[in-house]
Formats: sequence, structure tokens, C-alpha cells
Amino acid sequence: MSLVMSEPPTEPGIVLTEEQKRRRRARSIAIALALGAFVLLVYFVTIVKLGPDVLKRPL
Amino acid sequence: MTSLTSDTAELPPSLRSEVSCAEPSMAGVGDYIALLKPRVMSLVVFTALVGLVVAPGHLHPMLGFAALLCIAIGAGAAGALNMWYDADIDALMARTRGRPIPAGHVKPGEALAFGLVLAGFSVVFLGLMINWLAAGLLAFTIVFYAVVYTMWLKRWTPQNIVIGGAAGALPPMIGWAAATGGIGLESILLFLIIFFWTPPHFWALSLCRADEYARAGVPMLPVVAGAAETQRQILLYSLVLAPIGAAPWLLGCAGAGYGLVAIVGGALMVALSWRLRQAGAGAAAEGAAKRLFGYSILYLFVLFAALLVERAAGLQEFGRVFT
Repeated sequence: MSLVMSEPPTEPGIVLTEEQKRRRRARSIAIALALGAFVLLVYFVTIVKLGPDVLKRPL
Repeated sequence: MTSLTSDTAELPPSLRSEVSCAEPSMAGVGDYIALLKPRVMSLVVFTALVGLVVAPGHLHPMLGFAALLCIAIGAGAAGALNMWYDADIDALMARTRGRPIPAGHVKPGEALAFGLVLAGFSVVFLGLMINWLAAGLLAFTIVFYAVVYTMWLKRWTPQNIVIGGAAGALPPMIGWAAATGGIGLESILLFLIIFFWTPPHFWALSLCRADEYARAGVPMLPVVAGAAETQRQILLYSLVLAPIGAAPWLLGCAGAGYGLVAIVGGALMVALSWRLRQAGAGAAAEGAAKRLFGYSILYLFVLFAALLVERAAGLQEFGRVFT
């Protein structure tokens, strides 16, 4: 059992074409930018809604 | 080493669908943006902005931006869910067969997941950041468009875009609710303007695409009742729309500038609908329908822009809020 598991896989699995890699990279960048924008949005909305009170909340 | 995509054609049909689920996506960022129907979204954002800006009271610009972003993403999510469900119809029509799903760029499951996630996020964050009335209206809008209109009305009745038009008419009410936390008589007027604007706008387009709708089995009014009846109903709706467009001025909610724009604009809308009715059939009718379609977009834009200008210039306080 352990011998079988230690063998390297013989099937190549899913191999992406260059175009697929390029599009996946573009999607990843877009998701990263969207997440970054979302974090900034939540940060600024929090500051606007709470104002100076953001520092006065009980720990 | 070959890509998995090219191998699937050699598999038996029973296995092809299982393998296709594991195929790497070929969707580009532009395909996901297209799923959001950016042109429809721009109208939604503009009308929501007007509802938000003309509402009494003050909303911090950052919160106003966040509200508009949520409304835009919610509208985009509804568009993605619409494209997911309507992919079979879209593939049959020249206007829509280039959309991401029928073009094979995005898989239906991807569009469904994309739409559901964005819909959930937009509603929850509008509620958390602004207020839950606005979030509830946004949720209602998405469900109304994606379920009531897309899944039910569109394939069932020629009144599909009349009733379904309510979804497109709600954004100014959402903007108003975001700014005030309530629903005002004035925001209902804005809703009614878009609601009665939608049939003449959309039927003018569908007159030019009746063959495609018939081929796709969509019971649009020109397909079911013919061009003459559609032209008659366009005229009737324009006759109702013109006074409703002027109602904010007539009721004292908007200023004289808006009143002038609404009267002239409404009269032109009726005149173009009348000319379409007189044109009958053939190339002249198609030209008249295209002119009316193009003008209807300008009419709605100018009407709402007039409210914005009056508000920005401090000429008119649009109204009071009823919470």
C-alpha cells in the first residue's frame, strides 16, 4: 500500500494550454484587485460610520 | 502532452459531461464583466444616483459611493443570473449569441455561481453599510428580475416586459431608501416614470427583432399580437408616460426647468410614437421604431439629469421623506 502511494503519478493530469494559463492569471489578478478594493471599501466605510469613536470602543 | 479540452471529443457522451466539469475555464475577465450587462448596469447606476442625490437629507459621499457600488453589483448579479437561465434563448438570437455562455467562454455553472455570490454579497453589504430597507429593495429587485421576469414572465406572456419592468424601475427607490431610510412619494414617482417608460422603449426594439424572438419562442408583443397592435400600445403607453414624466413638477416636487424638459421631452416621445403608428409596416416602420428606441434612452437620461442639475444648483428641494 505504502509502495503504491510513494510511486510518482504516471498520468499527466490536467495540463493547461498557454492561453488557459494566461486567462487564469488575468482572472487571478482581477480577483486580487477586487478583494483589495473591497478591503479598502470596508475600511473607509467603517471610519466614516464610526468616526473618532472607532478608537473608543471597549476592548 | 495535450490539453484535456481537446481529448474530450473522443470520449463517449456519457463521460464527456463529467470530464467537461473538470475542464479548465477559458473565461477571461471581460467575459465576467459582460455577464454583468454593463450597459444595463450604467442605467441602473445613473437612476439610483439620481434617487440618492435628490432625496432630502445628507448621505456621506463615501457611503453614497458604497451604496451605488452595491446597487451596481446587485444589478450585475441579476444580469448574470438572467444570462445563465436564458442561455438557450440567447444562442438563437443574433443580438445575444455572442454573450459569454452561448459563445462557450463561460460555463453555465460558473455564471450561476458568479451571480449568486455577487447577489448575496451586494445585498448583505448594502444592509450592513447603509440600511436594511435599501438592502431589502435590492434583494427584491434581483429576485424579481432573475426569477419572476426571467424564469416565469419572459417565456409565458407578452406582458413580460411590462410587469418585469418593475425590476428596472426600482433602482431610484433603492437610492432614495439608501439616503433616507424610507420610501417617499417622490421616489414612487421616479419608479413610475421608468415603469411606464419601459414598454415603449423595449417594444420599439422588439419590433425590429420580432423574427428573432419568434425563432427563439419568446412571446414578445410583436410576435404574439403583431406590429400594428404593438405600435398602438406603444402610443398608449407614451400618452400615459408623458404626464407621469411631468408629475414631479406638477406636484411641486421639481422645479420649472424640470417641468419644461418633461413637457417637451414627453411631447416628442408621443410624437415619435404617433409617427411609428402611422408608419405601418416595412422599412419606414423599422426606421421609426429605431428612432423611437434611440430617443427613449435620451428622454429618460435628460429627465433624470434635469433633476440632478436642479438639485446640484440648489434650485429645488425634491421632496420630503415618509419613513
